[in-house]
Formats: sequence, C-alpha cells, structure tokens
Amino acid sequence: MNLFASAIDWILDPANYVGLNAIPLRIGQHLVFSLVTVVIASVIAIPLGYLIGHTGRGRGLAVTTSGGLRAIPTLGLLTLVALWVGIGVVAPYVALTVLAIPPILAGAYTGFEAIDRRTVDAARAVGMSELQIVRKVEVPLGLPLLIGGLRSATLQVVATATLAAYVADIGLGRYLFSGLKTRDYAEMLGGSILVILLALALEGIFALIQRFVVPRGVSGRLASTPTTRTGSPAAAR
Amino acid sequence: MTWVLANLGLIWARTLDHVVLSLPPILLCFVIAVPLGWLARRYRVSRGIILTGAGLLYAVPSLPLIFVLPAVIGTSLLSPLNVIIALTLYGIALMVRVVSDGLDSVDADVRQSASAMGYSTWSRFWQVELPLAGPVLLAGMRVVAVSTVSLVTVGAVIGVQSLGSLFTDGFQRGIQAEIVAGLVATVALALLFDGALVLAGRMLMPWTRRVTTAKPSVPVEVSAA
Amino acid sequence: MFTHTRGRLALVSAVAVGAVVALAGCASGDPLDEGTSAEGSETLVVGSQDYYSNEIIAEIYAQALENGGFTVERQFRIGQREAYLPEIESGSIDVFPEYTGSLLQALDADAPGGTADEVYSALEAALPAELSVLDRAEASDQNSWTVTQAFADTYGLTDIASLTEVTEPITVGGNSELETRPYGPTALKETYGIEIAGFTPVEDSGGPLTVKALVDNKIQLANIYTADPNIASNDLIALEDPDGLFLPDNVVPVVSDKVDDSAAEILNEVSAALGADTLVALNAQSVNDQAAADTIATDWLTEQGLI
Repeated sequence: MNLFASAIDWILDPANYVGLNAIPLRIGQHLVFSLVTVVIASVIAIPLGYLIGHTGRGRGLAVTTSGGLRAIPTLGLLTLVALWVGIGVVAPYVALTVLAIPPILAGAYTGFEAIDRRTVDAARAVGMSELQIVRKVEVPLGLPLLIGGLRSATLQVVATATLAAYVADIGLGRYLFSGLKTRDYAEMLGGSILVILLALALEGIFALIQRFVVPRGVSGRLASTPTTRTGSPAAAR
Repeated sequence: MTWVLANLGLIWARTLDHVVLSLPPILLCFVIAVPLGWLARRYRVSRGIILTGAGLLYAVPSLPLIFVLPAVIGTSLLSPLNVIIALTLYGIALMVRVVSDGLDSVDADVRQSASAMGYSTWSRFWQVELPLAGPVLLAGMRVVAVSTVSLVTVGAVIGVQSLGSLFTDGFQRGIQAEIVAGLVATVALALLFDGALVLAGRMLMPWTRRVTTAKPSVPVEVSAA
Repeated sequence: MFTHTRGRLALVSAVAVGAVVALAGCASGDPLDEGTSAEGSETLVVGSQDYYSNEIIAEIYAQALENGGFTVERQFRIGQREAYLPEIESGSIDVFPEYTGSLLQALDADAPGGTADEVYSALEAALPAELSVLDRAEASDQNSWTVTQAFADTYGLTDIASLTEVTEPITVGGNSELETRPYGPTALKETYGIEIAGFTPVEDSGGPLTVKALVDNKIQLANIYTADPNIASNDLIALEDPDGLFLPDNVVPVVSDKVDDSAAEILNEVSAALGADTLVALNAQSVNDQAAADTIATDWLTEQGLI
C-alpha cells in the first residue's frame, strides 16, 4: 500500500501542476485528443451506419469489416502509421479512429434496425419522404443505441489514448512511459490511476447522458431491451 | 516479405508466447464468470454489486491496469502474470453480464417445467438453463477471445514478449514488414480462436447449428489499452 | 439430449480446466520469473535490453558461451535498464551486455566523468558485491547530441557548447527518460546556458522516427547512439563532447558469480574482438539489411574465428 501512498503523493505534488508536463494540461490533451478522434470516426461511421440501417443493404459486409477492424491491435497500427508519417499526432489519430469506427457504426445501424417496422411503414403511409422518415422517425428512435455506440467508442479511445504517448508528446500516457523508463513507479502508478479515474468519470457521465438525452417515450423501452433483442450484450458496457 | 521469410522462426516463437498469454485469460474468465453470473441473476443484492462491479472494471483501461497490478498483488513489473491477470479480469467483467443475461433469456415456463419434472436447482442449472443460454454465452466468448488476443500485444511496451514485440522491434529498427507481419499474425490468431469457439459451440449445442452461424452483431467492446 | 450434452459439457470443462492448469504452469515457469530452481549451475542466463543492438551483443555472448560448452538460457528484450536492473541485482540473470558510463550513472547518479578506463574502474567499485564486470571492449555505443549536417553548417556547430550560437528555438527529441537523465535538456541549460524550446518524446531509442523528425526539422537536436548506422546514412553529425557530458559507454559484460573463469575467458575474447567500429557495422546489418540478431552474431563470430 506504500506504493499507492507514493502515487497519491505524486498526484498531489504541486510540482506536477506547472509547466508543459502539468497534470491538468495532460488531462486536457487526453480529452481533446479523444474527443476529436470520436468526432472524426463519427463523421465517417454515422452516415454510413444510417445508410446501412435505412436501406438494409451492406449489413453483412459492415459486420464482417467491423469484426476485422476490431481484431486489429492498436499498437501495431500505431507503430506502422508512425513509421510512415513520422512523429506527431497523425499516427495516433489514424490508429484510434480505426478503433472507434466499429462501435459507432454498429450503434448507428442497429439503432435503425431496432425500430419496429410498423412504425416506419406508418410514417411512409402518412406521406413522409424517405429523407423525412430518416430525419423524423429513424434518427430519433435510433438514438439510444447510437449513444451506446458513441459511449463505447469514447471509452475505448480514452483508454487507448495512453498508447499515443508511445509516438507523440500527448496525453496521460506520457507519465506511464516516462515513469516506466526512469523506474519512477510513483509517476507510473499515479499516471495510471489518473487514466483509470478519467475513464470511470466518463463512464458515469455517459450513463447519465444515455438516461436523459433520449427522446421521451422511447428511453424506457428501447434503451433497456437491446441486450435481449440481439441475443447478446449489445451496448451493455 | 523478405523479412518475413527470413524470420519465420521468430514469428512462430512470438506466436507461441502470444498463445500462452491469451489462452489462460480466455478459459479462466469463462470458468469464473459462470458462477458469478449465476449469482448475479439469483439474488437482487448480489446482482447490483456484481454487475456494477463488472461494469466499472470493464471501463478500466488495460495498460494502466497492467501497471497497477504489481502494486496490488506484488508481482514484478516485468511479469507476464500481470498481463494474464488483467486480461482475465476483463474477460470476467464482460462475461458476468453475458452469463446473467443469457440465463435471463431462458423462458420462465421452461424453468418451471424442469422443476415440475423433478430437476433439483443444481441439475436444472447444468442440464436446462446453461445449455439453453449457450448461444448467448458463445457470442460473448467470441468477443472475449478476439479482444484478448488483440490486447495481449499491449504488454510488449513493458517488455512482456508476444506478437506485440514485433511492433516494438519493427518500430525501433524501422522495419515495416515486421509490424505488418505482427498485425497479420495477431488477426489470424484471433480468427483462429474465434473459429475454434464456433466449432466448439456446434459440437456442444447441435440444436443451435443454424443460429450460431450468425455473427454476433453486437457493439460490445473492450477498452484497448 | 440434455443428458448427453451434460456429459460433453463436463468433458469439455475438464479439458478446459486442465488446459488452464497446464498453461498456468507454463506461465509461472516463465523466463522472467526468478531462475532459482535447483537445476544445475551450468546453465548461464544471458539477458538483453529491449534494444536491437544490445540483443545482438547478447546473442554474440550466448553463442560464444554455447560454443565453449555452456548451456545458455536467453532472456532477451527485457526492458530498459531501469526495469531490468533489479533482476540482475537479484541474481536471476548471469550475463548482461552493458555500457560502462550509462550503467555507472544508473548505479551512482553523482559519479564523476572521465576517460574510458577511469569510468571502468569507477564502475567496478560501484557494482554490488554479487556482480562484477569483465574486460571492456573498445566498441562503444554512446549517447550523443546529434544534429543534421545542414543545421551544423548554418550555425557553425562543432561541439555541444557551440549550440549557444543557435538563434532559432531548439526542440529536443529522444526517449522519454532522456528528459530526466543527467545529460538531458536540463543539463544543457544549466551547464552551457543552451535554451531548449521543448522536448518531444519519441520512444524508438533514437531509431527511424527520431532520425526522420531530425531530417524533417521537426526537432533540431536528438539523442542518438553513436553506433547508430542512421547517422552515416542520413547525413547527420554527432556533436563533439569535449567536457564529457556523456560518459564513455564501452560495451562490457556484467556477470554474476556463476560465471566461472573459463566462461569469463570466452567473454573476454569476445570483448577483445569488439573493435571501435564493430558495433556500427553489426547494427547496420540489423537496420539496413534487416538481418536477425542470431544470424548477425553467428556471421561475426565465425568471421572472427571465435566459433
């Protein structure tokens, strides 16, 4: 437990709150980096997921590709891209965007698929255009599962962003690597604790968002059923 | 390609290291998660504690966890046990919920009929509930297998050898072919484990043959570092 | 159906548990665990840093020892010095290729600099009683402050002190531990008054990313090892270090008392053959020709007539 005491001392040490290596700065970098990554991945994955969900076409391909992407170790992708583009944040952005796409894509199309077909048919029957159906019916009703996907992607990116420090001067991962190499276990452990706390805090925030941002009348039913519907732990994490 | 052909022995050795690190977590988490999942479903109190705990554990990033474990259990920082234990914990965190949901999915009528036929709680669990929850468990185990194989590579940054070592070594020496070889081998190993699970599922649950061919369509994820 | 399945389930469970136990056994018999088992003292454990060049030297030691009739267990790529030093001190590794100056500074942060021989003597004194060093080689792999030839020409740079002439902001690049090393950016500022604008960590031990960043002018000053073949192939220049900011880093085997006289003799022969330019040549085979460490070691030992 002595080790934890020294890690807490490290976290509370005022010396770690000044300069370019200050803890608040590193946390900020970590969050901004993660947020931008999720936005980039969303721009790619959400329209694609909606297209798949609305038309029902290309689902098999999307599932297979997502499965494949998921099996790719981020460290490998990160080092490979880093060798191509050099130091800096480009390699981490590319590697982590690849990581964030599958859950968002799945969240987008399963959100559409989960909607009762009769609801969509009814919308069509009252004269809505396909675009209107997407905008006014499918997007709002698909929101719970999409947010589930975004939550899962964000948490993964925040967790994995520690690896970004392997090739760039960014984020909380810096403490892990510099602590590892200077045998400064307090720094290593302190940095690890910060990343874990950050991930847990985000998990909590997302749990709240999922509860409140979902359209009234939908939340209770849909948000709680995906697990049994797909026969597996959908968006459960 | 030249690098790959000249280093097949190295790739094979790292693949074996990788199997030794990834197989125990995959198997252990199943063995541990089944009783925990059952407990989570059985009592209201244990359900809250176990599922919340599992959810929180699942949000913990793996690389920091590998750093924290030595302080908790007293292993050496370089010990591969840290990697094995960390990944087992993730597997448990995911599977506990899956087991609990899977058991939930068993029709209450079926459960009651089994009791009416004279099954004890114990034998009903093993002979009725667990087999019927099988397809759900299988889908969960497939996710665990693929993510575990992928996550093992992270250990390479602290010096625990696996296919991930091909990433760090290729990075240091600037050999792209070495990193690509590591990527391909890791994905191949993940697919191999996945295929083995599907096969095991078909052997154990012949009645689900049609169902299990469907890929798990679930956005289940593991924090990757 | 269910009874039948139950049998299968039980069988598979048994197999699974068995496999877990077996694998757990494998895992605890892992190379990184203490080698305290009672089996014979004739097995020598050779370790190496998580650095390709160090692995080549370790492989040379290992093959030379094997050729001399010793049984060798390889524990290669086990991290950086800070991580593996406790393992050596605990006696779980018998032979480890080290670098005199860097090891000395790791053991004694206040160790004074000096010539190669002075540093070697100081290292002998600084080592814990259970460990000793054998003969040092001429070959060295020193830290250096390296710039591009073009950058050196612009400001007329020759040695480290002349960096004060530079009028543009200098960003330093290297492994993250560099920031806190005795010769790091802080020392440059305190010893020479050189203004350092920033530090960019690149975790490839002065490898291709560091070199690329230097060539692309993303960093201006990098810590690259003098035996790195990239210095020659990328038109870089290692600044001279007349004041001995970096200690001499000759290659030297650190050994436990399990290494007897005949093993020591073999290692000393290897060190005698490791000349000043040898390491650059060996490293070039690894980086430029992408050869594996064991191949490079075998070729060199054969060429030297050592095996």
